[in-house]
Amino acid sequence: MRHIISILMENEAGALSRVAGLFSARGYNIESLTVAPTEDPSLSRMTLVTRGSDEIIEQITKQLNKLIDVVKLIDLTEGPHIEREMMLVKVKAATPELRDEIMRLTGIFRGHVVDVTPTTFTIEMTGEGDKLDAFLRALTVSDILETVRSGVSGIARGEKRLSL
Amino acid sequence: MELTGAEIFVRCLADEGVEYVFGYPGGAVLHIYDAIYKQDKVEHILVRHEQAATHAADGYARSSGKPGVCLVTSGPGATNAVTGIATAYMDSIPMVVFTGQVPTSLIGNDAFQEVDSVGITRPCVKHNFLVKDVKDLAETIKKAFYIATTGRPGPVVVDIPKDVTANKCEYSYPKRVKMRSYNPVVKGNQRQIQKAVELMLEAKRPMVYTGGGVILDRGAKQLTDLVKKLNFPITNTLMGLGGYPATDRQFLGMLGMHGTYEANMAMHNCDVLIAIGARFDDRVTGNIEKFCPTARIIHVDIDPASISKNVKVDVPIVGGVSSVLKDMLEALATNGGKPDQTALAEWWKQIEEWRSVDCLKYDRSNNNVIKPQYVVEQLYEVTKGNAIVTSDVGQHQMFAAQFYKFDKPYRWINSGGLGTMGFGLPAAMGAQFANPKDTVACVTGEGSIQMCIQELSTCLQYGLPIKIVALNNRYLGMVRQWQEFFYQGRYSMSYMDALPDFVKLAESYGHVGIRVEKPEDVRGALEDAMIKYKDRCVFLDFVTDQTENVYPMIPAGAGLNEMILV
Ligand SMILES: Cc1ncc(C[n+]2csc(CCOP(=O)(O)OP(=O)(O)O)c2C)c(N)n1
Repeated sequence: MRHIISILMENEAGALSRVAGLFSARGYNIESLTVAPTEDPSLSRMTLVTRGSDEIIEQITKQLNKLIDVVKLIDLTEGPHIEREMMLVKVKAATPELRDEIMRLTGIFRGHVVDVTPTTFTIEMTGEGDKLDAFLRALTVSDILETVRSGVSGIARGEKRLSL
Repeated sequence: MELTGAEIFVRCLADEGVEYVFGYPGGAVLHIYDAIYKQDKVEHILVRHEQAATHAADGYARSSGKPGVCLVTSGPGATNAVTGIATAYMDSIPMVVFTGQVPTSLIGNDAFQEVDSVGITRPCVKHNFLVKDVKDLAETIKKAFYIATTGRPGPVVVDIPKDVTANKCEYSYPKRVKMRSYNPVVKGNQRQIQKAVELMLEAKRPMVYTGGGVILDRGAKQLTDLVKKLNFPITNTLMGLGGYPATDRQFLGMLGMHGTYEANMAMHNCDVLIAIGARFDDRVTGNIEKFCPTARIIHVDIDPASISKNVKVDVPIVGGVSSVLKDMLEALATNGGKPDQTALAEWWKQIEEWRSVDCLKYDRSNNNVIKPQYVVEQLYEVTKGNAIVTSDVGQHQMFAAQFYKFDKPYRWINSGGLGTMGFGLPAAMGAQFANPKDTVACVTGEGSIQMCIQELSTCLQYGLPIKIVALNNRYLGMVRQWQEFFYQGRYSMSYMDALPDFVKLAESYGHVGIRVEKPEDVRGALEDAMIKYKDRCVFLDFVTDQTENVYPMIPAGAGLNEMILV
């Protein structure tokens, strides 16, 4: 099962490598990992997507909690939540027909063209992973030159929150 | 008044109540060594190799319950310490290791004697710190001791760049620290404890299985009270020996790979298993699929991650062992119930049958060759069971665990988790510093002792009267045993050729050396070591049976009920 684990941790040098080291040392898999400081600069928030049986996920959360730098964590997949990923994609757009078609697709998927050259478009798109995948499939009308994805970040729906 | 980082360092240790620092100097820690020179509150013990500094600090911790402290230089000093740090980590030993580091301005430049100590030790510490500013030094040291000694204990590394030890600031040692990210639970959940007590009272074939957690959390007394009250059988892990008196009738001996028949059979057949401060290690469970097939399991542990890691349990209790045991005793008294006495009597009858197999028997009829088991038995008798016994790793370690009956905690000191050869002698040094009046014996093999043999020099410098009991079988015996059992006797690299003359070696370090070749001389040699040479370090080189194996044994993949007996 796929799980999204949200972690609040001390914004200390090396905190990230403790998490990454834990996963490699214990053979857990990381599908994606994002991290950035929060509104409280002493804290970082990490979103980690992983897969495993219930037992493995239980061990992962326990082992993460055991890290001294980890302040608090939740498994977002235990309740209703929102997950988003941001993608930048650069495509070939050299002919007027292609440029129209790509603009149209971008509109349908609610993306934005954020950079334009005579031969390329760079598009910004946010959504769940599936939506981004679908957009990439649609873009095969042209040549995809480059993609970059942020990895998933997530938040619980409703009142539930991860904070001190 | 402003102090230098080096001065702050020694003041912190003094204020923390540290008696001994085990260490070895070098460039990055010279300011600190200068500050050590100028004071007399904290005593520095100079070892001969940084690995030994960590094992000595570890032995000090295991035999006293207080945290062990080491100080090593950057680069090779830090890397030499890694084995000892990992050893302490695997056995959850409270220890604080200070490593020198190149000046902050040079970090990351491949400077002379620079290694990323924080990076290298990260996977084998409870936590580690790099101190970048002298203003953070005192608080970081306080945190290091706090983290090392609370919750599930473990080693903490503090890496201190040289400039931090020269820079100055005001000194004050925090009385306590609070960390929002670290709040270990001590008290167990009362409802779970109730449930556990009810389950214990329902048991028809109960079994108590305890580990190092009982020793670490000083729970031996409460454990003994509980087990006595219930008349339940009990076994200890290799790390848990001494947690329950080994000479008591209810004690079934150690369990696991080289555990007793009765302990392993009782584990396999029990209907309620009470696991306390133990972690279901693979050397204990054997084949996990076949482990305790009929048992409902209660598990008490300070570390939530240890619970249901290897074996799914029915009643998990997160908490400090002694606190939970105390609550269990109370809950038991309030409940007022008793386990089914007829069933329990029946169970004991079965256990006594298993016990009558006498699985630790060995050939006592041979008068020509010394049996290793016999040496340990005699050591037990000569020291009246009161010695602190350290060991290295191999057959001798198992013989010591099987044949020396530990009635008290803090007396049996060995590297159970990592299995580090070379641990025994330096650990004995630490134990001797912590317990100057006690007899400290290091049971070792001719292979293991050579891994930290240089510490004989430290023993001379500090007049440590350690008794080295070497079971010299001219083999890496445990390796030889596996090769005999599982590799059709192809003894690849397990024969110890070209051994030194240990008697002369000991003498060259100023110690007493005694070589013993005949069974009838074993007792006398041990008595000489303990009485005649009471105040000397003695190297007893017992020439033992080369072909002896450790029995019983559970081969890989087998269940606890599938032991190889003699
Ligand atoms: C540092 C280290 N290297 C290798 C091993 C693997 N090992 C385990 S037991 C053993 C043999 C130990 O021989 P010895 O000290 O003579 O003891 P004996 O088994 O003969 O009693 C070896 C090599 C180890 N445990 N530790």
